[in-house]
Amino acid sequence: MGIEYLVLLLLAVMLAAVVIAVETRDLLSSVIAIGAAGFALSVIFLLLGAPDLAITQVVVETVALVLLIRLIVTRRDTADETQTPRDALRTGLVMLAGGVLLCGAYFALSGTDGVIPPFGEPVLGHKPDDAIPPGVSADYLARSAEQTGAANAVMAVLLDYRAYDTLGEATIIFVAILGAYAVLRRSGRKKHGIEEADT
Amino acid sequence: MSTAIYILAVSVLLGGLYAIVAKKNVVKIIIGLLAIDYAANLILVLVGYRKNGTAPILAEGQSPAELAKTAVDPLPQAMVLTSIVIGLGLTALLVALALRIYERYGTFDTNRIRRLRG
Amino acid sequence: MTAGMTPIVKNTARLVSGFIAVFGIYIALTGHLSPGGGFAGGVILAAAAVLVVLAFGGQAARKIFTPAQCHLWDAAGAGLFLAVAALGYVSGGFFVNFIGRISTGQTFRLFSGGTILVSNLFILVKVSAGLAGAFLALSALRRMRGGGAALEGGGI
Repeated sequence: MGIEYLVLLLLAVMLAAVVIAVETRDLLSSVIAIGAAGFALSVIFLLLGAPDLAITQVVVETVALVLLIRLIVTRRDTADETQTPRDALRTGLVMLAGGVLLCGAYFALSGTDGVIPPFGEPVLGHKPDDAIPPGVSADYLARSAEQTGAANAVMAVLLDYRAYDTLGEATIIFVAILGAYAVLRRSGRKKHGIEEADT
Repeated sequence: MSTAIYILAVSVLLGGLYAIVAKKNVVKIIIGLLAIDYAANLILVLVGYRKNGTAPILAEGQSPAELAKTAVDPLPQAMVLTSIVIGLGLTALLVALALRIYERYGTFDTNRIRRLRG
Repeated sequence: MTAGMTPIVKNTARLVSGFIAVFGIYIALTGHLSPGGGFAGGVILAAAAVLVVLAFGGQAARKIFTPAQCHLWDAAGAGLFLAVAALGYVSGGFFVNFIGRISTGQTFRLFSGGTILVSNLFILVKVSAGLAGAFLALSALRRMRGGGAALEGGGI
């Protein structure tokens, strides 16, 4: 179908952007490339039927790009790579494990074994007497309008059926921002006479 | 075709993993973490996709039973929505750390940072 | 960057940042009717604050909103969200949609969905204040001279 080909094409663009971002030596280029990957991801979300996620991804990507560019704009270290044999060994082992993950993913995600349903047929579509147990999503979709009054089923799941998880997520955001404040605090650091360059 | 989509998504994850493990520059490590975040969110949403499915939002005049027949799965989308914003919080924290590192050591290169003894 | 940008950018930011803020609040409040929700709206509102900080510089932006105010709103948003959750005990348990038990309102209207509307509002407050405060704190890290004493602007 047309949409799947488009998703495949955009995924290829995203992979190319990530490879460029990881390998290029200039830091500004790599930040811009990862920005391109994020925007390609938001279009993929839109094509996969997730407009909430597309909106959120676009805005989050914009703010993340602003943060990253502020980080590197006057600190133009280029990425010089010198690898010792120990580093190469460590990288090789991790990539080997990554290769095992890829093979496992191929077998699990191709839909042959029934653990994860094949692409395009989510669990909510199965009838109760199938081998794969039905998910709750069909119930959520069918009943969210009358039980919660919300037309957007994703919001109903997030804030009514699974509101406890949203509380956990709000706590995580709180802690991450608190960590950023704690790292940036200044009181008590009086010993270093550091001059910052003018921008 | 569908396995190709999944394999590409896992490849993005592996690209990010390579950046975290093999790169010596702090900014490259942050970019690797961002790539892993995107790939993980993408794989979650891919599992919930339905062929020719529509967004899980009720339109005016549509009955909920029709929606349950044609919509994509809303549960992975709900999980990923908060995950995207958490990724932003994580990026803010990492950028703050990287700023501090540069201020303290004058470089982003972890090789040179390890040799300098505070 | 604490000096801000050219007058063209400053005037454009004056005109546009209000619209961005209103758009973010709209997306958060109509989350139960169309795509968006509290998280997306919160990030958009934070983006309006980021625009103000970038265009006018950290010093001038601190006259508009200070990190202490951001801390206050952040904690208030989180606390109110918890209060809505605890109030669910009124009709049965933690996080029960107690307004929805009384009446869910007419679907497709603004006042439907019970606590979903209220939760979206508090999450908007929390996310936007947290991110705006973090960006303001980051922007104050630019110039530091001499013995590393307190930042200009009074630090965190």
